Amino acid sequence: MNNILEVNINTEWDIITARQIARETSKSIGFDTVDQARIVVAISEIAKNIFMYAKAGLITIERLESAEEKGISITAIDNGPGILDIKSVFDESNSKGLGAGLPGVKRLMDSLEIQSELGGGTIVRIEKWLR
Amino acid sequence: MEQLLIQYKQILSDYISNRKEQNLYIGQNYIRQLIQKNVAPEDVINIHRKAIEEIYTQLPDTLTHAYDFLIEVMVQFGLQFREHQSLLVQQEELRIEMDIAANIQNILLKTEMPELESIDIGMVSEPIRKMNGDYVYFLYDEQNYLSVAVADVVGKGVPAALCMSMVKNGLETMKYANHNPSYVLEVLNNIIEKSVDDSMFVSSFYGRYDIEHGVFTYGSAGHEPALYFSAKNESYYDLNSKGLLLGVMPEVKYPQFTIQFEENDFIMIVTDGVTELKNYDVIESRNLLKKIAFPLRHLSAQKMCEKVYSELQKLQDYNLNDDFTIVILKK
Repeated sequence: MNNILEVNINTEWDIITARQIARETSKSIGFDTVDQARIVVAISEIAKNIFMYAKAGLITIERLESAEEKGISITAIDNGPGILDIKSVFDESNSKGLGAGLPGVKRLMDSLEIQSELGGGTIVRIEKWLR
Repeated sequence: MEQLLIQYKQILSDYISNRKEQNLYIGQNYIRQLIQKNVAPEDVINIHRKAIEEIYTQLPDTLTHAYDFLIEVMVQFGLQFREHQSLLVQQEELRIEMDIAANIQNILLKTEMPELESIDIGMVSEPIRKMNGDYVYFLYDEQNYLSVAVADVVGKGVPAALCMSMVKNGLETMKYANHNPSYVLEVLNNIIEKSVDDSMFVSSFYGRYDIEHGVFTYGSAGHEPALYFSAKNESYYDLNSKGLLLGVMPEVKYPQFTIQFEENDFIMIVTDGVTELKNYDVIESRNLLKKIAFPLRHLSAQKMCEKVYSELQKLQDYNLNDDFTIVILKK
């Protein structure tokens, strides 16, 4: 099985495709139904962010496998407006609507990283490991 | 998680067979562990699903699918629920900050009322919200002049209150009570026009009383005409004046007028909260005000203000819909 899968996000239907791939991948890695649901909701949120704020972007879904651990990594790349103050995205007491659900996504997954520049697009990478 | 499932299954099957209050109570205590172990709502549903699957081994597939669906919905719901909660927390924080700001504003814009032998002063100024959009300012030089400004910001709440601080600062730069009303209004207009948002306007009545000669000089910047009551004639006169609202455009000139104040005469300066009453037009409201104040004319200025306020409140079912300010100067 291919270790990296890609989905272009241009329309709302592409969000469903991304969900579908995330569900199948996480299931085959061995995540239980609750974690599958979490991973799918997480990919759904970041895909929706692309669709709503950047209009178009790319999502890649990758199986992570080392000697001891297995997991899933999802990366969303867009050329949208970018996020000026990344810290504010995670500061839930001060959310200015920018984070668009990212603190919640972080809770569903094990890690979340953002790289962004104003006007230079955004890369969001989330990971979850099988326990 | 395994331990939690075993306990839950026990509690659930006890309840299914006995359906006693006691079983429910044990279930309630079980929640404490869920909280301690930071178990998410979707996990709780999963525990329930697994317990059900173990108790009833022959469950139809459709029911399992239904649980899958519920878990999915719960993950999304949990996400949005927490987001919503954090917005509520933010809202509460804003409300607290607002209260603090309102307190500071009320202290800053507190009116100092001078006490004079020669003229009796009364005032009531009640905000409709936390911050007052009306402001009254007196200046007495301890000698011959008493000045009074009554201002009303077009707008309410925080922006109005901030704008009012500007008016106060402008008035305080005057320092002397003997300035002409037309000069004071001109200066105020320039300050407000320069420093406040284009959408902010202030109406103001400004009067100066010459104690020795009993001459009252006044001007107005788009403010409700004050009412002058002549005791000798037992009748009211509108103190009409022409002048643009403060802050509309620079370099506006304001005319000023004078009246001769006689014994027992009084002047009522009000804001539009007093004359734009529900179910009354402005003319009717003004007539009502005259009618209410007339029998009170022998009382002190302060008593008059308070009585007028309580009468109008009663008439409006204790539900006035604007900041309410009335100032009375009485000889």
